[in-house]
Amino acid sequence: MNKLKIFGMGIIISLFLSITSNAETIKIGTEGAYPPWNSKDASGNLIGFEVELANELCAIMKAECTIVEQDWDGMIPALLMRKFDAIMAGMSITAERQKTITFSQGYADEVASLAVMKGSSLEGMDTPEGINLSLGGGVVKKALKTLTGALAGKTVCVQTATIHQNFLDSGDVGKVNVRTYKTQDEVNLDLASGRCDAALAAAVAFTDYAEKSGKAVVLVGPTFSGGAFGNGVGVGIRQGGDDTIGKRDAKLLQDFNKAIDKARKQGIISKLAIKHFGFDASM
Amino acid sequence: MDLDLMINSIPKLLSATVITLKLLSASLFFGLFMGLLFAILRMNKNIFINKFAYGYSYVFRGTPLLVQIFIIYFGLGQIEYLRSTFLWVILKEPYWCAIIAFTLNTGAYTSEILRSAFQTIKPGIIEAGKSLGISNNIIFYKIQIPIAIRQSLPAYGNEIILMMKGTSLASTVTLMDLTGVAKYIISTTFKPIEVFIVAGGIYLFMTFLIHNLIKYLEKKYSF
Amino acid sequence: MELLAFGKTGWGDELFYATLMTIAVSVTAMLVGFFFALIFTPLKLSKYKSLNLIGNFYTTVIRGVPELLVIYLFFFGGSGAIMYVASIFGYFEYIEINAFITGSMAIGIISGAYSTEVFRGAIQSIDKGQFEAAKVLGVSKFAQFYKIILPQMLRLAIPNLSNVWQITLKDTSLISVTGLVEIMRQSYIAAGSTRDPLFFYSFAAVLYLLLTYLSMKLINKLEVKYSKGY
Repeated sequence: MNKLKIFGMGIIISLFLSITSNAETIKIGTEGAYPPWNSKDASGNLIGFEVELANELCAIMKAECTIVEQDWDGMIPALLMRKFDAIMAGMSITAERQKTITFSQGYADEVASLAVMKGSSLEGMDTPEGINLSLGGGVVKKALKTLTGALAGKTVCVQTATIHQNFLDSGDVGKVNVRTYKTQDEVNLDLASGRCDAALAAAVAFTDYAEKSGKAVVLVGPTFSGGAFGNGVGVGIRQGGDDTIGKRDAKLLQDFNKAIDKARKQGIISKLAIKHFGFDASM
Repeated sequence: MDLDLMINSIPKLLSATVITLKLLSASLFFGLFMGLLFAILRMNKNIFINKFAYGYSYVFRGTPLLVQIFIIYFGLGQIEYLRSTFLWVILKEPYWCAIIAFTLNTGAYTSEILRSAFQTIKPGIIEAGKSLGISNNIIFYKIQIPIAIRQSLPAYGNEIILMMKGTSLASTVTLMDLTGVAKYIISTTFKPIEVFIVAGGIYLFMTFLIHNLIKYLEKKYSF
Repeated sequence: MELLAFGKTGWGDELFYATLMTIAVSVTAMLVGFFFALIFTPLKLSKYKSLNLIGNFYTTVIRGVPELLVIYLFFFGGSGAIMYVASIFGYFEYIEINAFITGSMAIGIISGAYSTEVFRGAIQSIDKGQFEAAKVLGVSKFAQFYKIILPQMLRLAIPNLSNVWQITLKDTSLISVTGLVEIMRQSYIAAGSTRDPLFFYSFAAVLYLLLTYLSMKLINKLEVKYSKGY
C-alpha cells in the first residue's frame, strides 16, 4: 500500500515539475522541416531563414528567445496550449487562420508552384509565369482552366493543413485526387517515387529538394500567390484578451511588429532572404 | 459543447466510415485465409515449415502495426527495382499497402486463434471419426475445421474489433478513413472533444454491431 | 551498418536513447494503467448499478475506440483540459505539460482499460471461500482487499497482464505522432534524413522484437516466482 502512495505522490510531483511558468523568455515555435524557411542541420539543431530572423528580431526587442520544434499539424494547437508564444514556421497569413490566431505584419512572401518529375506529361503547360488569385481577371481564369484540364483525375500531393491543400480543396482547379502528408519531406518522397503525379508547395521548397537530393524535380505551371495562398508569411500569435495572458500576447504582437519594421528598415530581412532563398523574398 | 460542429461533421465522418469498413472487410477476408493457412502450417510435422509459420506469427504479433505499415508503404516504395515491376501498380496505392499490412497482421493473430482452437478439440472426436472409417482429409475439413471455427468465435470476434481499431492507422499513410477525417476536423476547428465524441461514437456503434453479430453466430452454431 | 554507429555520423546512439524512452513510456503507462485499474475494477464489481455503469463506460469506450483517436484527444485537448482545471483554482499562468507525460497518460488510460478487465476476471476467479475467510478474520475492508485478495489476484492475473504489457509496449509506437522521441519517432527522423526508410523501419521492428523477447523472459521468471507455494 505504501508503494501505491509513493507512486501516486511521484506522479503528482512530476506533473508539477513539468509545469513551467513563462516570464521573460519568448518561446518561438517552428517546424524544422521546411527548408529553406526552417530545417535542421546534421546534429539536429534548428537552422534556416526564420531561425536567423527570429534571433535578429529578438535582439531588436531586447528579449531572450528560445526556439522550439513542433510538428506542423500541431502548430496552432500548440500555440493555443501555450507551448510557445509565437509561430515562425513559414505560416502564411490567411483569413481562415485569423479566425483562431492573429498575425504580425508579413515579413516574407513565398510563391507556390506545382512540381513534377522530369518527363512527366504535365511539363510544358501553356500558362503565364505567375498568377495572383486575389487580382482575378481573365488571365487568371484562363490559367486556372488550363490547369483544371491538365490535372483532371491526377493525384496531387500536399502537406496537410497548408494553404496548398486549401487551394486544391477549393475547387479552383476542379476535381483533383488530393493526398495529404504530415511533412513536406513525405510529399517529396512520394513525388520522387512516382506515387504522385504532381505536388504543390512553395516553389523554393522544391528547388531546395531538387538541389539537395539530386532528383529531377521540375516546376511546372504558373507560380501562385494571393487568394487561398494568403498574404505573405507572418509571426503567428495568440489573439489578445483582457486577462493577464491576453494582455501579454497583445503586447507581444506590438513588439514583433515594431521589430519587423526596424529589421526591414535596416535591411536585415532582405539580407537573410537573399542568403537563404537566393532572391529578396522580404515584404 | 459545440453541437453544431458535431452535427455538421457527421456526414463527413460517415462517408469516411465507408473507407474504414472497406479496409476492414478486405483485411479480414484475406486475413482469414492467411490465418487458416498458417495455422495448418504450424501443425505440420516438418520442422522447417513449422518454424517458418511460427516465425511469421511471432514477428507480426511482436511488432507494432504502425511499423508494419511504414515498412510496406515507405520501405517498399524506396526500392527502385520494385518500382519497375508490375507489383508497383499495387504497391503504389496506399489503399493496397494498408490492406497488405493489415492482412499480414490479422493473419498472424488469426493463425494463433485457430491453432489453439484446433488443439483444444477433444481427441475423442477425431478418434470417433477414424473408427467410423472416415478418411483423414475429410475428418480435417468436415469435422476439425468447423469445430475450430466455432471454438474461435469469441476470440475471433475480439480480433475483428482489434482490426477495426487497426484500420485507424491507415490515416498515417494518407488514407482519409474515419480517424483521418476526424483528425483533419480537429486540427482545423480545434474542438477535439466534440469530434472525439462523434467519431468515437461511430466506432463504438460498429463495435456494438460486431459484438452482437458474434454473439448471434455463437448461439446459432452451438452444439 | 555504419548507419548504426554511435557518435556523430551514426544513428546508433539516438536509437539507443529512443529505445530507453520507449521502455520508460511503456513502464510509466503500465503503472498509470494499474492506478486506473485499481479505481475502476472495484467500480465494475460493485453492487451499485450506477458505479457499475461508470466502470463499464470506461472499459467499453477506451477499448472500443482506436488508440490514435484517444491520443489525438490528449494531444489536441490535454493541455487545455489541465489548464481549465488549474484556472478553477486561480492559477492563470502558462502551463506546459511535456510530451512524455501526455504520451504516458494517454497510453496509460488505454492500458488501464485492459488491466481493469484482467483484474476483474482474476478477482472473479478467486475462490469465494477466500472472501468469506477474509471477512471472518475481522480485519478492515481495506486490509481484506489489499492484504488478502489483491496478492492472490495478482498471481492469477500475471499471464493476462503480460498480454496487456505487450499491447502497451506496441501502443507506445503511436505517440510518435505527438512528437515524443521514442523508437518510431527516431526511426522516422533517421529515415527522413538518410532517405532510407526500409533500413530504419526494419531496424525498429527488430528493436521491438528484442523488447518483446526480453519482456517474455522476464515475465516467465515472475510467473515462476509468484507460483511458489501453490
